[in-house]
Formats: sequence, structure tokens, C-alpha cells
Amino acid sequence: MLKLSALTKRYDTGDLALNQVDLEIPDAQVLALIGPSGAGKSTLIRCVNRLVEPTSGSATLNDINLTKLSSRGLRKSRRKMGMIFQEYALVERLTVMENVLSGRLGYVGFWRSYFRKFPKDDIKEAFRLLDRVGLLEMADKRADELSGGQRQRVGICRALIQNPDLLLVDEPTASLDPKTSRQIMRLINELCSERGLTAIINIHDVLLAQMFAQRIVGLANGEVVYDGKPEGLTPEVLTQIYGEEDWTATIEKVDEEDEEE
Amino acid sequence: MSSLSDNRERHYPTVWDKPPFISNSLLRWGIILGAIIYLVAAIASMEINPQRLMEGIPRGQRFIASFFPPNFADNRGVVWDGILESIWMAIISTVAGIALSVPIGLGAARNLAPFWVYITCRSIIAGSRTFPEIILAIFAVKLFGFGPFAGFIALSLGTIGFFAKLLAEDIENSSESQAEAVKATGANWFQWINYAIQPQVMPRMIGLSVYRLDINFRESAVVGIVGGGGIGATLNTAFSRYEFDTAAAILLIIILIVMVLEYASSYLRKWVQ
Amino acid sequence: MGAVMVVINSGNDIEWRRRTTKKQIGIWLGWLVGISIVLFAWSVISEKTVWFFVQDAPRQAADIGSRMIPPKWSYITELLVPVWDTINIATLGTIIAMTIAVPVAFCAARNTTPHNSVRAIALFIIVSSRSVNSLIWALMLVFILGPGVLAGTIAIGLRSIGFCAKLLYESIEEIDESQVEAVKATGASNIQQMTYGILPQVLPTIAGVGIYRWDINIRESTILGLVGAGGIGLQLNGSINTLAWTQVSTILLVILVTVFISEWVSAKVRGAII
Repeated sequence: MLKLSALTKRYDTGDLALNQVDLEIPDAQVLALIGPSGAGKSTLIRCVNRLVEPTSGSATLNDINLTKLSSRGLRKSRRKMGMIFQEYALVERLTVMENVLSGRLGYVGFWRSYFRKFPKDDIKEAFRLLDRVGLLEMADKRADELSGGQRQRVGICRALIQNPDLLLVDEPTASLDPKTSRQIMRLINELCSERGLTAIINIHDVLLAQMFAQRIVGLANGEVVYDGKPEGLTPEVLTQIYGEEDWTATIEKVDEEDEEE
Repeated sequence: MSSLSDNRERHYPTVWDKPPFISNSLLRWGIILGAIIYLVAAIASMEINPQRLMEGIPRGQRFIASFFPPNFADNRGVVWDGILESIWMAIISTVAGIALSVPIGLGAARNLAPFWVYITCRSIIAGSRTFPEIILAIFAVKLFGFGPFAGFIALSLGTIGFFAKLLAEDIENSSESQAEAVKATGANWFQWINYAIQPQVMPRMIGLSVYRLDINFRESAVVGIVGGGGIGATLNTAFSRYEFDTAAAILLIIILIVMVLEYASSYLRKWVQ
Repeated sequence: MGAVMVVINSGNDIEWRRRTTKKQIGIWLGWLVGISIVLFAWSVISEKTVWFFVQDAPRQAADIGSRMIPPKWSYITELLVPVWDTINIATLGTIIAMTIAVPVAFCAARNTTPHNSVRAIALFIIVSSRSVNSLIWALMLVFILGPGVLAGTIAIGLRSIGFCAKLLYESIEEIDESQVEAVKATGASNIQQMTYGILPQVLPTIAGVGIYRWDINIRESTILGLVGAGGIGLQLNGSINTLAWTQVSTILLVILVTVFISEWVSAKVRGAII
């Protein structure tokens, strides 16, 4: 279980990105975090694994207070938190296989990782994951040879090979076309239910969020303004999150989509 | 998509090696072997004599110790004169070199010049680039006698190889659509250069000329060794008279001036862009 | 270039100017100062010049030129070893420089430096190595190590550290941080972040800079012989001092060919790597 209490982040520039956020996410829940650009979505998930240091408050994962950890302890805890990035953030000049195996860096010593001598089980698991996302043939290709959707699949493998308890997903579909976006979201969702993973997914696309998440949290100006079921996203709620706009079209579309599925 | 249970039954390899950089193994091992043989031969040709090296250690220590503390006081007048001479030499050879580089650079741009002009200008550039400033300085000293004039000639010629080449490349890479648009207005050749080419290449050229001033100042510290004037002559004298503390002072001053020039050039580049 | 268009409405005529009057005066002043500096510099240099020699220079040049032709081809056999030495000085010097330049560059780059004081030291190493010409390094090393190829090699190495490290640290500062962030998020240690996140991004630059500098070093090592640090410069100096002009022209041709070949090799290798 992940628990955020009074989590606050103020950047050096003085911008208050997160203001006293309280959130409790039970195991195996997929949560979508929506909100306008600059609402603090990215900051929130980065405060969990402390790629961004929170100013105050705490984040607790399975009774470990992440905000209090030493750098060694933090590295150990980061192994249990897989992260998937907006622009994939693969190391472009390494092969697909190396990118996947880099998810094991927290478990493997420096020299072993330097000479690419990962344990047998890791390699087997990497091949299995690549097969699972349909990229087994691509293992020896360089990451910059892949298409956007393929790269994001590699990114997913890198996060999963960590054998995480928690997935932090930052705008996984922002640079993908609509069809690939859905495939990626479906894949993440399937993998979460296969493994009983908890996930926080930052996402711009309200539609996708409603389709794939069990719970939606709306963030505006660093504060939680909505927390509830996807069906509860009424035009009034969306206005509260994003501001005044005609929201009827967005919501109608969702209904149609649901009938298709 | 296959489900998890299917995957379990399949066997996946448990070994993986990074694909080698050169996939042809014969070629790969050939290159590695060749490199090792070359390195062994090259190091052997160094004639490293351990005994002589051991003897060199105390000599080196004494040598380095004699640099400290740097002596700015004695020979102050001479050092000051040398520095100033180097600065004037660097300035004027940069200006003269760039003035010569502009026509040569225009001539060496394939999209501007007819073929025979192109070939002539490219050969001038290649010649100037091949020979280090010192070799140019040796000949300049033979022709013009000792003193800063020879150094000035050598550095100006060296500037051509650097500046004209980069100018020509920049012109060749400049936007053709802008050039065409100006040509279409019926501009003559000089108007065309002035309106279509100059604005595109100017900012970078200003940055490069400061950079070249920096290089010319540093080079002016060595053309003096072969008689080309400047601080190099002073430095050479200090070394041959075993006045190492003065040499240390000169080296420190050179480093300081180069730092200032570097700072100025990065500032100027920012300002120009 | 920061030029501002100015439209001035004077009476009924609309006048267009590129700059404001104030700015125009500033630019004129700048030119005035610049030109006076150049003129002053010229007066200092010309004061120290013996103009008789300069007037005589064309005749001298023609004289030396005619003495250089034809090159003494048989002399080439004596140049093979010096050329071999010259190439070795450049290659080994570049290798020495790169082994030191890479760690220095990582210490000098803002995003990888362990501490700001380390960064200051690294930057000082870079600037002092760059400011002192390889010929001066060679001059000093000949004092310590005695004349020979070794002094030249180390001189080239010392001179190249700054050049290579400067280009490298600038490229390290320009890497894509998100790739490093992703590696960091897996729980990788600092040194693993370096080898997985940063190194792959800068490896092409490291190779490119090494080859580029090697190409420059071939040229630089042709002159080290002037101060006794090995290579073909020794023969050049000797031939000029003994006025053996046919040998001089042979040496210059050999240098020309060596430099062209090295340029061709470095272009090929760079093409293969990047």
C-alpha cells in the first residue's frame, strides 16, 4: 500500500507544485492521475521515488517511509518501484536487451553490470518479458531503431523486470498515436492485473483514463480536487479540474466506447 | 497476444552477449590484433630507458621546483614588452588574416565560385592548414628577418587556413531559398552577397574571429621560439638562460590572458546570437 | 544581430532606418576604437621591422624557391624513420591525452562533477593545458627527460588534454537527462548511472574527439623536432640550418602527404564509428 500524507513540493523558483497532498492507494489498484499541464502530476510521482525531493510531508510504501531513507536505502526501495516515462527515456544507443536488463541494475554489482554479465534468471526473464510484449526479435536492435510504440514496450519491460510492487507511469501515451496509445494502456493494465501491481498513471487523455483506470484522481494547482470512480467524472468535475469548457462531447464519447468494448 | 501461462512453457535462453561492434569476426580480430601489434611497436620505438627515467625524476623535481615561486619582478620590463608585442601581433594578424580569408572563403564555396577559382582557393586553404604556424614562421623569418613582422606574416597565413575554410563551409551550408529569393529581386552579385549570404554567416563568423584571436595569441607565444617575435622570444630567452622562475611567470600570464579571452569570446557569442 | 527597425515619422515623410540614432553612433564609435587599435598595433609592429629585408623578401623567396626545385627524392629513404616517429608521437600522445581527458571532463561537467571545488580544479587543468603550446611543453620536457620521442609524446599528450576535455565536457553537459533519470529510477548506483545512462550517450563524442585531435596532433608533431623532441621536425630544422633546400622541399612534401593521408584515415574512421 502506498500512502502519501501532506506531501508538499515547492521548487527553488518558488512555484508550489504540490500542496499538502493526501492519498492512499491500496494494493493492486490502478489509479489514473489527471489534470492540466503544470498541475503537479509529474512532480507527484517523482516525489514518490524521490527523483524530485519533496519539501515536506511523507510517502510510505509498504510501511517504509520513503522520504526518510538514506541514499542506500532509497536505491533499495527504488528497485521496488518501476517507472515508465513520457518520451520512453530509453538509453538510445544501447540495445533493447541492455535497456531491459538495466532494470536489474539495483540488484547487480557494478562490474557485473559493466561487463553485461547479468545472472541467468535475469536474462531469461528479460527474454520472457520481451516475448510477452511481442518484441523478442528486437532484442539485439539498438533502441533508437524502434518505433514509438515499440520503445514504450521496451520501457515497460525495463520497469517490470525490476519485479516492482508499484508502477509509476508518467504520461505513457503523450508521444504516441491514438491506436498505439490504447494498445500501450491496455498492455499496462493487463500486466498490472496479471501481477497484482499497484500503479499510478499520469495521463492527459481523460478518455483513456476512464477506460483503463479503476480510480481517478484529479489534480489542479497541486491539490486533489477529485477522487473517485471514473463514472463520477461529470462536466462539473472536469470544469473543476481543467476549467470552463464544453465537456459533453468528451463524456458522451466515453459511453459509446464502453458499449463497443 | 499470448497469455502468461503459454510463456511459462517456452524455453528462453539464459545467456546473452552484447552483439559486437564489428559483426565480421575475422575483421574484428584482425583489427584488434593489428592495433596491439602497432601499439607494441610504437611503444618500443619510444626508447624508454628506465634508468634514464629514474635519473630524470630528481632532475624533473629540481626543474619543477625552480619554477616556484614564479618571478614577476625581475625582467618585468622585458616580459611586459613581450606580452604587448604578442597582443599587437595577435590583433593585427587576425585582422589581416580575416581580410584575406573573406575573398578566399567566398572563392572556396562551391555554390558561389566557378570551378577554377574554387580549386585555387581550396589549394591555398589546404596548404595553409597542412603546415603548422611554426613552419610558416621559420620561412617568414628567413624571408623577412627576425622580429614580429615575420610572426605577423606566419599567423596571418595560418588564419587563412582556419577562417577561410570555416567561412566556405558555412556559406555552402547556408539556406538556398533565402539566396534564391534575393537573387529573384534582380540584385547584382555584391548586393546578393550582402543581403542573402552575409546575414546568414555573420554571427558565427564574429564568434570565430574572437576564437581565432585567442589561437593567434597562443601561437604568438611559440613563433618567437624560431625568431618570430612576441612573448615566445622572451620565453625562449628565459629558458635558455635557465631563468625558470621568470618562465613560470610568463606561462602564468599567458594562461591568464587566454582565460580572459575565452570568457570574452563566450560572452560575445551570447551577445551576438 | 539585434538590429531594430525604426520608423520615424518626420513631417509627412515616413523614413525607415535600420537602427536608432543612438545605436548608430555607438556602432561608429566601436568601429573607430577598433580601427585605432589596429592602426596602433600596426605602427608598433612596423617600428620593429627592418623594411629593407621586407622589400628584399620577394627576391629572396624566388631565390629559395628556385633552390628547392627539384626535390631530392633519394632523401625520402632517410625520412621513413622520422615519419614513423612522428605518427607514433601523435598516436600515443592522443591515447595518453584521452585517458586523462575523459575523467577530467566528467569532473568538469556541471551535471557529473562530484563537487564544485573539483570542477574548478578540472577547469584549471583544461585551461592551462590548452594555453601552453605543445612546443613549449616539449621545450620543458626535453629539459627533464632529455631529447627524444618520449618527450614529444608526453608534450603532445599534455597539450591535448585540455582540448579534448573541453569538447567532451561540453557534450556531457548537453546529454539527454531523461535517459539518466530512467536509469536512476531503477535503483542504480551513481557509477552505474554513469556507465548506463551517460557513457553510451557520450561514447560517440569521445571517439570523434579522439580522432579529431589525432588528426591535429599529426600536424603538431611535425614541429616538435625543432626543440629536440623527436619526429620529422628535427630533419626540417637541420636542413634549413644547413641551407639544404632540396631536402627541405622533400620534407615539406612528405609532411603534406602524411597530413593528407591522416585526414583521409580520420574521415574514414569517423564515418565508420558515427
